[in-house]
Amino acid sequence: MPDMVSLAQPQQRQFNPYADNGGTILAIAGADFTVIAGDTRQSEGYSIQTRYAPKVFRLTDRAVLAVNGFAADGNMFVKKVRQRLEWYRHAHAKDMPLRAIARLIQTMLYARRFFPFYVYNILGGIEEDGSGAVYSFDPVGSYEREACRAAGAAQSLVQPFLDNQIYFKNQVPAPGMAHPVHLPLSTVLSLVIDSFTSATERHIEVGDGLEMYVVLAKGSTAIQSLSTVRGIQEMTVTEDGERVFVIRRELKKD
Amino acid sequence: MDHFPTNWGRPRNDAYDPYGTYPIAHRPNNGPKDAFADAVQRTQQPIVTGTSVLAIKYKDGIMMAADNLASYGSLARFKDIQRLQPVGAHTVIGAGGDMSDFQYIQLMLDELIIDEFSAQDGHTLGPAEVHEYLAQVMYARRSKMNPLWNSILVGGVKDGKRFLAYVDLLGTTYSASTLATGYGAYIAQPLLRTAVEGKEDILTEEEAYKILEQSMRVLYYRDARTIDKYQVATVTEKGVYISESRRLDTNWSFAEGIRGYGAQTQ
Repeated sequence: MPDMVSLAQPQQRQFNPYADNGGTILAIAGADFTVIAGDTRQSEGYSIQTRYAPKVFRLTDRAVLAVNGFAADGNMFVKKVRQRLEWYRHAHAKDMPLRAIARLIQTMLYARRFFPFYVYNILGGIEEDGSGAVYSFDPVGSYEREACRAAGAAQSLVQPFLDNQIYFKNQVPAPGMAHPVHLPLSTVLSLVIDSFTSATERHIEVGDGLEMYVVLAKGSTAIQSLSTVRGIQEMTVTEDGERVFVIRRELKKD
Repeated sequence: MDHFPTNWGRPRNDAYDPYGTYPIAHRPNNGPKDAFADAVQRTQQPIVTGTSVLAIKYKDGIMMAADNLASYGSLARFKDIQRLQPVGAHTVIGAGGDMSDFQYIQLMLDELIIDEFSAQDGHTLGPAEVHEYLAQVMYARRSKMNPLWNSILVGGVKDGKRFLAYVDLLGTTYSASTLATGYGAYIAQPLLRTAVEGKEDILTEEEAYKILEQSMRVLYYRDARTIDKYQVATVTEKGVYISESRRLDTNWSFAEGIRGYGAQTQ
């Protein structure tokens, strides 16, 4: 009898300014490339709000940001980061380097320490030395550079798989052999696709569509393995700098 | 020297602290003084509410439907309320949730449209701009912990492009070819998706209307905060058209066939 309880003590209903909109994001860094991916389902509770709401955004020719958590905060945060990057471009006549964007994001998140953006950010791209990089953040700005990271609804499903397949945790190399330090792009793309199809099978908030952004360093040889990829689309206009591509795939919609 | 700009040019309490040597907590407060600050009311819960709004894309544009009821709790309080509203020449919005907040939103949008018209710069706001504006207002209000308690659908056609999107009291936004707010998200949305997804460029106006009418009927049968009077808005390249109120045909003859709940003996 919940009604009787409410008579016994004054009931207080507080407006909750947050929601959880599900979905999962993932990024993996290679030697001279980075893959940043996210599913496109947006949900609240058991309802699918839309089957296509992008969570991965190109910021510059060498930086891509994935946001996951409360969608309204996520969209606002991306909007504000982009505005800061535009101001930087006007002031310095160049794009902000990746590690500077990472520090900018930490500052912007921590500025809202006592009313946080309920968003998990993963920033991927190419560092100034030409190496692939992934930065992952918590909602109040703690961050670190990593080789790979999954976040969101299916983080607990995907991250252990990545630990095993990227970091070779719990694997013993054949005698006289060593684990590779960096994986080739084709292997990474397969791992990303498998991660999301598996997460879609086991998590109700993951599915509908998959968007994978590939950022290539200047003169990266990984370009060759992209030529055979079905439906790939280039986001950058010049071929002499870093290049950004997007690959879209369907995921199960149930 | 007093380093606090809000104190500059104002009477200084020299007897008390001529050199600003006291801690900040003890300096003169020149912030806004509101005797009623403790009594400021915020929308903590909706009072007079509208229920679902439905909308779909079809061949020539978008179509939206909402009934004419504004409820006061479970009381059917106002039975001739219009919950669909044209905004400019290319857009229609439909709202569920608190109806007084919706009327305030209508006021803001009227002002916005007048300002844009007054500019006489050859530009008009389309549905995408109206939706962006609403999203920013709704998000700003939720961030002040003083939300406008609505879920709103924004639809329209401009420059040959259809637009249909949602925004709610949290500032959450999304876009899809079928949208439904409130109870409609549970009851009507699955029906709309089956009928519309993949057929957005094929459905005629008559077919779109049939789909919405049937969904409104199902909602009337199942959602206790509806009435059988509703309106349909159509937006095409030609402009916005909001229909007169229509009555739903319903059939209750199945009711006497139901056995097992009441006092029937057989």
